Amino acid sequence: MTVTRLVYRHRWPVRVMHWINVVCLCVLLGSGLQIFNAHPALYWGNRSDPGKAVLALEGGQDAQGNPRGTTRIGTHAFDTTGVLGASKVDGEWTARGFPAWATIPGPGWLAMGRRWHFFFAWLFVANGIAYVVWSVVSRHLTRDLVPTRADWRGLGRSIVDHLRFRHPQGEEAIRYNVLQRLAYLLAIFVFGGGIVLMGIAMSPRMDAVLHWLVDAVGGRQSARTIHFIIATAFVAFVFVHVFEVLVNGPLNQLRGMITGWYRIRDERRETRHD
Amino acid sequence: MTDRRAFLRNTVLALGSAVLTGCDRISESETGAKVLESAEAVTRRVQRFLSPSQALAKEYTEADISPVFKPNGSILPDTPAYQALLRNGFADYRLEVDGLVERPSRLSIEDLKDLGTRTQITRHDCVEGWSVIGKWTGTPLASVLDHVGAKPGARYVVFHCFDNYEEDTAYYESIDLDEAHHPQTLLAYGLNGGDLPVANGAPLRLRVERQLGYKHAKYLRRIELVASFADIGEGNGGYWEDNGYEWYAGI
Repeated sequence: MTVTRLVYRHRWPVRVMHWINVVCLCVLLGSGLQIFNAHPALYWGNRSDPGKAVLALEGGQDAQGNPRGTTRIGTHAFDTTGVLGASKVDGEWTARGFPAWATIPGPGWLAMGRRWHFFFAWLFVANGIAYVVWSVVSRHLTRDLVPTRADWRGLGRSIVDHLRFRHPQGEEAIRYNVLQRLAYLLAIFVFGGGIVLMGIAMSPRMDAVLHWLVDAVGGRQSARTIHFIIATAFVAFVFVHVFEVLVNGPLNQLRGMITGWYRIRDERRETRHD
Repeated sequence: MTDRRAFLRNTVLALGSAVLTGCDRISESETGAKVLESAEAVTRRVQRFLSPSQALAKEYTEADISPVFKPNGSILPDTPAYQALLRNGFADYRLEVDGLVERPSRLSIEDLKDLGTRTQITRHDCVEGWSVIGKWTGTPLASVLDHVGAKPGARYVVFHCFDNYEEDTAYYESIDLDEAHHPQTLLAYGLNGGDLPVANGAPLRLRVERQLGYKHAKYLRRIELVASFADIGEGNGGYWEDNGYEWYAGI
């Protein structure tokens, strides 16, 4: 018989800030795609010269007059009708970058998309600063997030284990494993910090004092492109994160992030019957 | 397991569409829009705290200038007053300056040039996301304000334009005196070394380099100094502001 017990895994500030982040990221993504749709193309440098886009979502018609959505990446063109470039809004074919189900608000409405975006951007920034300050003060950062020497030594094994969907059990499941630590550090500091900085770098007012940052990344349109790339990276992170939750006892994981209590199997007395 | 998976998938889909519908409802409600709008004040205060009021927007070199300065919004006003000026090559153009000023004036482009000129190569960022770089020549708005003398109580400069939107709604914009006195805030009559083209706002347009494109009013007809813009247009300080965009366009 398997003996299990509940352990206190996530402290309340982590839980509260985690769920604030969930809301922020969802709204920021949806409203960000709404804003992107106002000019659904990305460039490198300071200018957005016509024909020089590195990515463009274009709406048009084919030879028969049917609506057609095209995704252009550099010189390659892909037919993405129905999703990217052209999709239906309330049953009507519309030329729009991302489809209505992915944007906030649904229909094209740049002014309102901006309101959503900046409101939740400030919440995201405040939440991020609060998290980092709390993590340093409570030593969550050094104890739980920064990999230990043993973690680094076990990196290869951890990668193999993850690929085989073998996850730490028992006492080992209470602490973050090395890939988790690295993924969280990447998401918090590189993605989180980077996307905020690139957002600020798009501000004409802030450019007056931060033009070194804008220059460092190649220009204002580069900053916009990097902002978009990091948003995509956040989506990838969330996919992996939610996948790991789903394959590791989703209800137990959810309880852990809601109440703090997480059930582990006690290995010392565990006998395997399955 | 299949049942559970279907349940999970349906729950996620239902939740997702409920959230999206909810977001649209909030967008259309007055309270929702008001709450979301509060971020504008945070943006304004934080940006003004982090960047000095006289900090200059980056200036570029001739090599950075865009091949074409993309015109946006109105590109040829059809109002009779503008058409009359255009027929005459803007020879009869006079900028009206009035409101809370000591010396209301009517200034020709030559009068403006006598007040001082400045040339700057700057980046223009549209609220839609694109950027173009152009070389602007004009008279600093600060010199014009010194010339007419702002009365105590004047807080904003309102720009009334020749171009109409939705047939009969005149374009207008407003900035505060702080932004008006910024050295790069110009009344521009030249682009890329030539006269300002009609599509870009001839004969005179505003350059307010640390804000987004819609603040840079084109086809200037009249400048008015006011204590409040609550009684102008729909009271939000500009045509696009009356349509839901932020008055402070620093990001």
